[in-house]
Amino acid sequence: MKSILIVAGKEFRDGLRNRWAFAITVVFALLAVGLAYFGAAASGQVGFTGVATTIVSLSSLAVFLLPLIALMLAYDSVVGEAQQGTLLLLLTYPMSRLQLLVGKFLGHAAILGVSTLIGFGVAGAVIAAFGDIGEFSEFLLALGLFIVSAMLLGWAFVAFAYLISVSVAEKSRAAGIALVVWFFFVLVFDLALLGLLVGTSGTVSESVFHYLLLLNPTDIFRIVNLTFFEAARTHAGLASIGADAAFHPLVLLGALLAWVIVPLVAAMVLFRRREA
Amino acid sequence: MSDTVFSMQRVSKTWGQVHALRDVSLELRKGQVLGLLGHNGAGKSTTMKLILGLIRPSSGELKVFDHDPSAVESSHLRLKLGYLPENVSFYDQLSGEEVLTYFARLKGIERRQVALLLERVGLAHAVKRRVGTYSKGMRQRLGLAQALIGEPRLLLLDEPTVGLDPMATRDFYGMIDELRAKGVSVVLCSHVLPGVERHIDRAAILGQGQLLASGSIDELRDMAGLPLMVRGRIDGTRDALEQRLSQSGVALTRLNGNAFELAAPAGGKLDVLRNLLQSPDLTDIELDPPNLETLYAHFDGQSRKQETLQ
Ligand SMILES: Nc1ncnc2c1ncn2[C@@H]1O[C@H](COP(=O)(O)OP(=O)(O)OP(=O)(O)O)[C@@H](O)[C@H]1O
Ligand SMILES: [Mg+2]
Repeated sequence: MKSILIVAGKEFRDGLRNRWAFAITVVFALLAVGLAYFGAAASGQVGFTGVATTIVSLSSLAVFLLPLIALMLAYDSVVGEAQQGTLLLLLTYPMSRLQLLVGKFLGHAAILGVSTLIGFGVAGAVIAAFGDIGEFSEFLLALGLFIVSAMLLGWAFVAFAYLISVSVAEKSRAAGIALVVWFFFVLVFDLALLGLLVGTSGTVSESVFHYLLLLNPTDIFRIVNLTFFEAARTHAGLASIGADAAFHPLVLLGALLAWVIVPLVAAMVLFRRREA
Repeated sequence: MSDTVFSMQRVSKTWGQVHALRDVSLELRKGQVLGLLGHNGAGKSTTMKLILGLIRPSSGELKVFDHDPSAVESSHLRLKLGYLPENVSFYDQLSGEEVLTYFARLKGIERRQVALLLERVGLAHAVKRRVGTYSKGMRQRLGLAQALIGEPRLLLLDEPTVGLDPMATRDFYGMIDELRAKGVSVVLCSHVLPGVERHIDRAAILGQGQLLASGSIDELRDMAGLPLMVRGRIDGTRDALEQRLSQSGVALTRLNGNAFELAAPAGGKLDVLRNLLQSPDLTDIELDPPNLETLYAHFDGQSRKQETLQ
């Protein structure tokens, strides 16, 4: 247990040291505040718009950005250490491979989690202070749900990054695969679904479709934040099909959590088999 | 409590088609220093990784402190091990002190030791500097400090003197002697052989993944049966001596002036020496027993010859 914390602590401090945490926080905060302020520009006015619109547009941007940031943050976590020789060394220390991987993951998850919390939290505070947020408790719930789902989405892609990192021998390969993974989940998957929908002229039953969307963490993230805003449904893209509250938000969060755990467990299994 | 630190019995390791090790049997006892010698790709680093439990043998039996080093439950075993990998580069963005503190904490050693270790390897002046700015030798010293964390009972050092300046190399071997006196066992491999033999108890010579020879230097000399090189000077007539020597089949080579050289066969070297000492004109004599370098060249060359014959 102690080794896990030591490894996690080092990883987290590295994230602070190389300004990753700072950069992510600033990007998120600026993005959120900017969207809230200019979100209404399309309709010919600037100034803080409604919370619903802001969160919907924010989630459709975050859905591209978060996975990319998470993959970039962690793609070299194992293969990078393997290449510089420190992995070999760490494995001769009195801790198991499981502890090493969990520690590293917790460190990366903490960097991303804290940055997400602070970045969007600060943005939420700014919006609450200057914008029209309507019912405060509802605003808080919406923001809270957004932040929690954003964290889970980020962690899911950190877990993907780990899965990639333990299965390759070179950093450059890991980077390439990470890009492919990002492209697949953020773009290809939805296009394929759309193709399926069109190709079968809509005969795919709606419930099947709901479940198909669960196969992509980015779609789950979209749905979570859409279901909460019935009103904003008209702004949404493909994911709005699943937005008829087919699943309770907590179920969706659970599905996102599964997307964190499954790749991570797979990464652990592969890491145990990996020859040093 | 046995004195055996590790024992390998007919251990082989293959990667696909590559036979990195073949039927290697090797043992080390408490307080012994083993020199692992061999050409590039002979299997030295592989042997160390096996002992550390980083990789598993493809066949054969390996025990370290009476345990299987690659078993999950052997992780406490690693408290007793210190390892310096070849070409390690540490976390460039951290300072030397931070790197060592990290590793020390992972071994459950307090920070206070870190400063002492850094001083011991002569890095006290650079503890706050980023490792990225370290010279090659400084990184190597940091690696050594890392291997010494927590007073390990078995040290595995893969080319520890690469990049070290002559004084640092001397200090390093001084340190090895100290550790040995304290009962620490050491496995070290090096391509720089001159001067090493004084500091090792045993040598194991690997070639193409096979153990060509192992034992103390004296045992290796006996096995190799290499001649004793004798150089000396005779001021006066040497005919009588030459004749006596030729009876035992030894030829005397003239060097410049009155100097000479001869190769005394391992079995009959005492006869040759007695003969030499009987000669009243002998004014100087110098004995040059086969050193580690010649022994290595002998065993390595022998295996290569066999290889080409097959
Ligand atoms: N992970 C691996 N996969 C495949 N082959 C390997 C692997 N590691 C080592 N080998 C092979 O095993 C053999 C022994 O390698 P090893 O690193 O033990 O040599 P070495 O004696 O340490 O050489 P050097 O003096 O160059 O360090 C080599 O042929 C090497 O190519
Ligand atoms: Mg080697």
